[in-house]
Amino acid sequence: MLHTYTLAALRDGLARGDFSSRELTQHFLNRIQQYDSELNSFITVCADNALAQAQIADLARANGSAHALAGIPLAQKDIFCTQGVKTSCGSKMLDNFISPYNAHVISQCESAGLVMLGKTNMDEFAMGSSNESSFYGAVKNPWDLTKVPGGSSGGSAAAVAARLAPAATGTDTGGSIRQPAALCNLTGLKPTYGRVSRWGMIAYASSLDQAGPMTQTAEDAALLLNVMAGHDAKDSTSIDKDVPDYTVTLNNDLKGLRIGIPKQYFGEGLDADVATVIQQSLKELEKLGAILVEVDLPNTGLSVPAYYVIAPAEASSNLSRFDGARFGYRCDNPKDLTDLYKRSRGEGFGSEVKRRIMIGTYALSAGYYDAYYLQAQKVRRLVQQDFVKAFEQCDVIAGPTSPSVAFGFGEKNTDPVAMYLSDIYTIATNLAGLPAMSIPAGFSKNLPVGLQLVGNYWQEAQLLNVAHRYQQVTAWHSQLPFQFA
Amino acid sequence: MSWEVVIGLEVHVQLNTHSKIFSGSATTFGSEPNTQASLIDLGMPGVLPVLNKEAVNMAIRFGLGVDADIGSMSIFARKNYFYPDLPKGYQISQFELPIVGKGHLDIILDSETTKRVGITRAHLEEDAGKSLHEDFAGMSGIDLNRAGTPLLEIVSEPDMRSAKEAVAYAKAIHSLIRYLGISDGNMAEGSMRCDCNVSLRKKGTEKFGTRREIKNVNSFKFIEKAINAEIAWQMDELESGREVIQSTVLYDANKNETRAMRSKEEANDYRYFPDPDLLPVIVTETMINDIRALLPELPVAKKDRFMADFGLSAYDAGVLVAERELAEYFEATVKAANGQAKQAANWVMGELLGALNKAEKELTDSPISAEQLGGLINRINDNTINGKIAKQVFSIMLEGHNETADAIIEKHGLKPVTDTGAIEGIINEVIAASPQQLADYRGGKDKLFGYFVGEVMKRSKGKANPAQVNELLKKALAG
Repeated sequence: MLHTYTLAALRDGLARGDFSSRELTQHFLNRIQQYDSELNSFITVCADNALAQAQIADLARANGSAHALAGIPLAQKDIFCTQGVKTSCGSKMLDNFISPYNAHVISQCESAGLVMLGKTNMDEFAMGSSNESSFYGAVKNPWDLTKVPGGSSGGSAAAVAARLAPAATGTDTGGSIRQPAALCNLTGLKPTYGRVSRWGMIAYASSLDQAGPMTQTAEDAALLLNVMAGHDAKDSTSIDKDVPDYTVTLNNDLKGLRIGIPKQYFGEGLDADVATVIQQSLKELEKLGAILVEVDLPNTGLSVPAYYVIAPAEASSNLSRFDGARFGYRCDNPKDLTDLYKRSRGEGFGSEVKRRIMIGTYALSAGYYDAYYLQAQKVRRLVQQDFVKAFEQCDVIAGPTSPSVAFGFGEKNTDPVAMYLSDIYTIATNLAGLPAMSIPAGFSKNLPVGLQLVGNYWQEAQLLNVAHRYQQVTAWHSQLPFQFA
Repeated sequence: MSWEVVIGLEVHVQLNTHSKIFSGSATTFGSEPNTQASLIDLGMPGVLPVLNKEAVNMAIRFGLGVDADIGSMSIFARKNYFYPDLPKGYQISQFELPIVGKGHLDIILDSETTKRVGITRAHLEEDAGKSLHEDFAGMSGIDLNRAGTPLLEIVSEPDMRSAKEAVAYAKAIHSLIRYLGISDGNMAEGSMRCDCNVSLRKKGTEKFGTRREIKNVNSFKFIEKAINAEIAWQMDELESGREVIQSTVLYDANKNETRAMRSKEEANDYRYFPDPDLLPVIVTETMINDIRALLPELPVAKKDRFMADFGLSAYDAGVLVAERELAEYFEATVKAANGQAKQAANWVMGELLGALNKAEKELTDSPISAEQLGGLINRINDNTINGKIAKQVFSIMLEGHNETADAIIEKHGLKPVTDTGAIEGIINEVIAASPQQLADYRGGKDKLFGYFVGEVMKRSKGKANPAQVNELLKKALAG
């Protein structure tokens, strides 16, 4: 079944001529047609474009000039500006926006010959952990259609989980790649801040946002990260550092690898079943030769409050450009400038976005800046220092990605704080800028559980290595929901 | 009631980099609207700023020009507010850590006095676009060509005490930025804009009065008039027992009055925070030294040199260095005039500038080159012509045919009469025609010598060589 092939298998199959890119692309387009009205994982499907790209890839392959991954279909989160294609960021505000240019990630994928199936659904402006806030409606978790897929990259997660695409791109500001990956049984990686260019990636929180791969396996994540990563002069925060081939170290021996287990991660709030699954996965890592050590991340509890001051503050400024003046949603018959702004933004933004803009504006305002924004940045440094200290004692930090498995629609979205707390394990790594990934570790109540691995700066190769070795001795990652098999 | 005027100026200087401060768009003035605004300038979703290093270099040059501290690390900050000509909804500026710190600028008040004006700081920021409210049937047109142009905002200490001092400061800034080559300082085009903060306090008090800010005054003349109008208004208010309310005002040139802007200036909370899309600007000692090494000679140093090397007075030197082009013209003239600096100064400051002013021409459009002028001075000094003929030659040069002094003298038959016999002949004619004066002179009225000189010059149509005339006349009159 073509849709159960990993990127690596598809690459090899295409190389052997077992199938063409056109066939492959059509296969996934058919599946999207068949299943996505139920899942709602795509906002825009680019059938004609995709088939054209596939054709080009087939021709290139025929004359020997194709990139290794050319012709493989991919889904792109609708946060990446795609030239000539609607780029909505999950919002009514950009429902009419056809991007005039390509994000760096889009260009990189195009250069590698990857075929874009379409743009995936997401929480509006990347603000959310359940994909319930999208203007285009909620996305369903393929493992249980009454449950959320996680967010904000819920569309990408659901699409790959149901194998409507073999892989997808996502973005992660407080956990938006890792948490949906955990809830949907995928491998999702958030690289070190600065590893992947943010040019063309619609900004939520500029000092936290990072793009990354959402795939079936660690090997696939390595293949896709190879394409996405690299310096881009158009992004001043993009690091000028060589990109290693993330696949060459996948099989390194884990003997002696020190895995830090934060003592703060197994306390209150963590579902008991999830804890059990995680403990089991840690035993598997020990069998592979890893040594578990306890580490201390004392400021863990402060990371969620700090994030929910810093991210909204930056977002409140980043979203000021959406004012109805030059592009995007504009209210009908604005009376004057103030009316234009108020109604375009009031009508164009959903409630979670408006909530965060207000929080952020407040945190930056005169008289409150020191107590909130400045203070949160100081706490951020403390959170980061915790990790620096911990990495003196270990190589990789492990724990649960999410405190629970996928929850039901409407369960958390009436209580924003409850929703925010579901990011407790992922948020600190964004504050610190460290790379982290979530990999399938088992199931609880028939729903996927994700194991999170956090690495030191620029150690994506090591994370992928640990994940890959783990995936060689476990089979969680190859499972897919039976109705999408 | 004795009032003291306190004035501080905020000058926004457009830096003449080739491209904008955070994007690659051109900065040319006067292009068709919205033809020089890229994705970045338009604030499209997903775009990111990239710093133009030349803007940083120019800011450092300015800092060196005012002896200021140069920040080894400065930070860009977002200044948040909503307006259609500000596409992102925030302006990228600098807040807590500007690139240039405390400095100073000396201004010339008159031939005797200079004054040191403190500079608080100077920082880099991007310009907004332009809003045009006139030609759009009740709507406003937004031209984003200017959005993203690099600005250097220069903030002075409130050290000025009169409109004249403010104008002198503005002129000194104008001169300096042109010397440094960082801006053309064209106030009419908006590449230099002045906001004037004016307040009054009773003489002898330390506490500052409430200030009002006169925004966007676009000529030196208007700076003076606007400030004086504001001073008059504030004085009237205060003496009538009312208080001055802090506000922003505009100067109405037609009515010669300042008026608080009609839209109530809500105290905007700009919610400054460091821009997370840009890295801190790191400036090393090496960078500063490299830039310093490439600086042109600045006005203060040039003025000192003119005084020392050319023996010019402080005032004359000050006038000549005020504009870089003028200083260069003057020095070229001195060179062409074989080092006769004082003469060169007189001719440049007197005849040349006078003529240019009258014709409403700029020095750059001068019909007379420094070489021509120097050549003319040489001909005076080697006695080829006298001062009066020189002025004639000068007038002909003004016509702009690019002719040397020699060519003009030849062409117009202005060659002096140097033939001793000819001069003697004229002298004899004059003596013959002036018996009374002769008798008086020989009788002791020495002053009449001048009369005889004048008559000889007249009869020779000014062409007689003055030195020879003197010598021969003395002999002839002695009898």
